[in-house]
Amino acid sequence: MWKVFRKEEVKFAYWLLIPTLVVLILIIAYPIVDTFYLSLHRYYLTRPHFRPFIGFKNYLYFLQDEEFWASIKRTLYFMSVSVALELVFGILIALLLMQKVKGMGLLKTLIILPWAVPTIVNGAIWKWIYNADYGALNGLLYRLGIISKYKAWLADPFTALNFVIIADIWHTTPFVIIVMLAALTTVPDSLYEAAKIDGAGAVRRFFSVTLPLLTPAILVALVIRTVEAFRVFDIIYVITRGGPANGTQVIAYQAYLETFSYLHLGKGSALSFIISIFIMVLAVIYIKLLYNKVEY
Amino acid sequence: MKRFLILGLVLGLLVFSSLVWAGPVTINVIGMQQAAMTVDEMKQVAKEFEAKNPDIKVNLTFVGYDALHDKIATAMAGGAAAYDAILVDDIWYAEFAEAGWLWDVTSKITKEMKEDIGPAGWEIVTYKNKVWGMPWLLDAEYFYYNEEMLKKAGFSAPPKTWQELEQQAKVMKTKGIVEYPIIWSWSQNECSVCDFVAILYGFGGKFFDENNNPVFNDAHGVNALSWMVKTLKEGISNPASTVSTEEEVRLTFSQGKAAYALNWLYMYDLANDPKESKVAGKVKMSLVPSGSEDIVSSTINGSMGYSVAATSKHKEEAWKFILYLTSKDVQKRYSAHMLPIWKSLAKDPELVKLQPVTLPMFAKQWPYAHVRPKVPYYPEASKILQVALQKAFTGKLSPKKALDEAAKKIKAIQY
Amino acid sequence: MGKKLGFKIFIYTMMIVVGFISLAPFLWLFISSISTNNDLLSVPTKFIPTHPTFHRYYELLFQSGKTESTKMFLVAMKNSLIVATLVTIITLTLASLAAYAFARLNFPGKTPIQLSILATRMLPALSTIIPLYIFAKRFGLIDTKFILIILYLTFTLPFAIWMMIGFLQTIPKELEEAAMIDGATRMQTLLKVVFPLAASGLTATAIFAFMLSWDEFFFALIFTSSYAAKTIPVAISEFTGRHLIDYGMMCTGGVVASIPPILLTMWFRNYIVKGLTSGAVKG
Repeated sequence: MWKVFRKEEVKFAYWLLIPTLVVLILIIAYPIVDTFYLSLHRYYLTRPHFRPFIGFKNYLYFLQDEEFWASIKRTLYFMSVSVALELVFGILIALLLMQKVKGMGLLKTLIILPWAVPTIVNGAIWKWIYNADYGALNGLLYRLGIISKYKAWLADPFTALNFVIIADIWHTTPFVIIVMLAALTTVPDSLYEAAKIDGAGAVRRFFSVTLPLLTPAILVALVIRTVEAFRVFDIIYVITRGGPANGTQVIAYQAYLETFSYLHLGKGSALSFIISIFIMVLAVIYIKLLYNKVEY
Repeated sequence: MKRFLILGLVLGLLVFSSLVWAGPVTINVIGMQQAAMTVDEMKQVAKEFEAKNPDIKVNLTFVGYDALHDKIATAMAGGAAAYDAILVDDIWYAEFAEAGWLWDVTSKITKEMKEDIGPAGWEIVTYKNKVWGMPWLLDAEYFYYNEEMLKKAGFSAPPKTWQELEQQAKVMKTKGIVEYPIIWSWSQNECSVCDFVAILYGFGGKFFDENNNPVFNDAHGVNALSWMVKTLKEGISNPASTVSTEEEVRLTFSQGKAAYALNWLYMYDLANDPKESKVAGKVKMSLVPSGSEDIVSSTINGSMGYSVAATSKHKEEAWKFILYLTSKDVQKRYSAHMLPIWKSLAKDPELVKLQPVTLPMFAKQWPYAHVRPKVPYYPEASKILQVALQKAFTGKLSPKKALDEAAKKIKAIQY
Repeated sequence: MGKKLGFKIFIYTMMIVVGFISLAPFLWLFISSISTNNDLLSVPTKFIPTHPTFHRYYELLFQSGKTESTKMFLVAMKNSLIVATLVTIITLTLASLAAYAFARLNFPGKTPIQLSILATRMLPALSTIIPLYIFAKRFGLIDTKFILIILYLTFTLPFAIWMMIGFLQTIPKELEEAAMIDGATRMQTLLKVVFPLAASGLTATAIFAFMLSWDEFFFALIFTSSYAAKTIPVAISEFTGRHLIDYGMMCTGGVVASIPPILLTMWFRNYIVKGLTSGAVKG
């Protein structure tokens, strides 16, 4: 389609955009290009004067590194479990919040609280709850008689990963709830009434009326949360630092270690770039979704 | 428009004058919040130094130990100096010196300094026969025990070997004196490597051979790690050990929930402080046990030094501050949380009176302290070993397999 | 009727369960912060403090010189406030202008530019941090609030633009056209007609920019180290150091650091819902 631009409008648009574009090019575009450039070098900070160009060897190194694949697997596990559960809880709780009973307004306000707590504080809360010697989880289960003595919950690699996921779910489900709630409020009551007259039960109504209407919102929440979960770092840094036995070492944490602990800037850049590529793929899907929606 | 011009002019003048006005030289020092001298003590020392040297201002920065390495590394990466004097853990000296971040101070070490500090102190800051800083904190892990619990269990003396510890602990457990008699710092952190190295050398093992080949996976090493895993399985080591750092060890021990612990010197004061501890007055130290009769003791050397950044514009001033910080005078007056590096001070009657337990204990334990390898890839090697230890603790791999795997991986990253 | 009552009981039960789970962890943080050290370290856990005390709050807020971590905490709180406020102002200014261009004007390259800005919103901080660090060093900006503000724009700007576009699209075009027919310039129309109408959108965007800056950890961890610029998340992460974990103080610090974002979300709940939905759901 051929668009006709008005000169004065174009000029005004560029004036509005220039400040933002300058800032974004300086602080995002240039660094990304530079990161890619660094990733093509063997660059150890401990040997600053030995910095040969090695092409894609850093990338090949990771593709053959079992630790890398283990991190990827963990990240994907973290991502799929936390996002899936957040969506399920998010939708169910949003449906609950749609019920018109007394006190719902209060609950709607309270439910945002976990999301408002800063990520680092969230990590600190759960680290304290899971504490092996004094934690509230131990205390609760002990008092309920479920365990006979205190346990070190974060001592087993796989359990630890799941416990970090719980902390993440608590923190981010409210976000999904808000998105779902907004989509649900746009559903006209008459649709339900129609379905009711049809004689559809609550469960069937959910699948035949509510869910299709929620689909766009679900997709959006899905992509946003997937991206965030894929680059998860803060909560791991606070709760487990990648341990035990690397059980919670996700890909962003591995990239952090390569870069700032081992000082392998080349490898670290390559890892960062791999993460970015994966996220860009998600971003493209996301943008496609947005644009499809504009169409109808 | 005029208003903006005037404003701009004023701002410009301000910026200009701040650039031109050359006040005293400011040196930026980075230290850590934990262990050794407290932040307040450090500030006091800096004030004294400023009073004596009016042309130098000291700007102190403190970060957590966990952030210290990464902070210095990122600060050095850019080129220009963010810090003039930096606190360096002994395991980072190789890495930092190799990277060219440290100022070679070999020629500045006088004979008197050399002799009064002694080789063990200098070893910390020496790499490839050059001296890269001043030793500052000489620390090692010590063996702590709860005397009351030992007496209750019917033991008159702390164990001399790890096997003896195992027996004592078992008795303690069966008698119900304490559920888990021993607590360790075996979480996936540097602290687990510290405990492992202490035990490894006690079993006659070594980390690297002379050519930096990993040998911690030989029979001695496997015995050491097998013993560690065994204590977990037998329930005499607290299962929370595998998620604990030194600080959790201190808390568990101070709560009276352990009879034995391995920890740095700082725990002694805190565990005997009634405000911090339920077992104050019952906490004693002894030589760290060993794994065989013919080894007296073996522990880990966890020392740190202060160094001058190679990129610093005020190297001499920074060095002057470091010398003041480590001077006999300062070390004598600030001995509450850190022992002096000077041998002559160790016998100083005033100081002995002030630190009646820790000072003699230090003298006894220090000769058996082993340093971790000084290699530029240490952080990565340590991480590999940490993961291997964790795999053995959690039963994912046998001790032998875990150590073999780690040795192979470390071999692959060496350069 | 019985079925209806049963349903109601079910709904209320679920409300209580959901409400409890939403509140309990944070409540526990608060309870820990007012428990004595003895209570904190007692086994089994004491869920109700025997001698509730607010002395840690007093110590943290009014006796800040006493220990290094508490002193750092207050300074970090101030730094966070300054950084987050300035980031919010700059973001709002730049983003609302840019968003208007995307929402209303036609110009060559519009779609690709808009898409790349949306895409940058997703990038992890890791992908830019190393070159940015070298860049900051060259200009002596390490450990300054200034560099943090710049860095935070990397994620607040794309996010805010994306959100503002959604808001601006909901404003009827007719008003702008009327103003322009009356002889107002484009800039005048923008400032006097469009932005006042978009006030709720601007508020929502501001809150998000503030909260994102308040929450940020990774950049602050790498780029700051002293009183000059350290922010609250870093200060809190350092309550748990190698030696001397003070669980009680950590909890107190956590509660205090959560108060600004919690108040913001509670007060501006409607704006936040609108912000998330206009951006996320309607695109």
